[in-house]
Amino acid sequence: MEGFFLGAALTLGFLMLLSLYRGIFGPTVLDRLLGVNAIGSKTTVLLVIIGILYKRVDMFVDISLAYALLNFIAVLAASRYFHKRKGLGGSSG
Amino acid sequence: MDAIVVVLVVAGLIFFAGGTVGILRFPDFYSRLHPAGKLDTAGSLLAMTGLAIFNLFPLSVESVLTSLKIVLVVVIVFLASPTATHAIVDAGVRAGLEPWTKKEGKP
Repeated sequence: MEGFFLGAALTLGFLMLLSLYRGIFGPTVLDRLLGVNAIGSKTTVLLVIIGILYKRVDMFVDISLAYALLNFIAVLAASRYFHKRKGLGGSSG
Repeated sequence: MDAIVVVLVVAGLIFFAGGTVGILRFPDFYSRLHPAGKLDTAGSLLAMTGLAIFNLFPLSVESVLTSLKIVLVVVIVFLASPTATHAIVDAGVRAGLEPWTKKEGKP
């Protein structure tokens, strides 16, 4: 069962790397924000898997909870900050 | 019980993979929000349910409380993710980002 969780964690890490492409090369600022949000929602699952692998789930669940709240607050604040800018860049904008 | 855990976690990973492919391949910003908002939430629900069931055994008061906390993470994600997606769409609309349409003059 340990090997299965290790494989799941590695798959999640690979998917986070793929989402990071949108975070780096996204044409607009909001695309980058979207990629970071997707990475954060994968990280909450990854933290619980790490807790199971270390046999300290009770501690890592708290970190996961805090990370979910922090991700939400960060995206909300950044989108409130950027909605005053006209023409965020990008080819189609 | 391990089989249920494996099925749930693998289903969650499939949803995550579909969301990531959608984020990479959809043509514009508004359509990219669709896989990012929905499939990540569904994948998080399935994978977290599997992990909570795995954490439940052997049964004790402590493990039941920890599993309840994992379910609480899912509840927070279900409240927070649509709100964050709505905030990003609102920022895009207010900033005047044009939605992607089929080009004029082509069949």
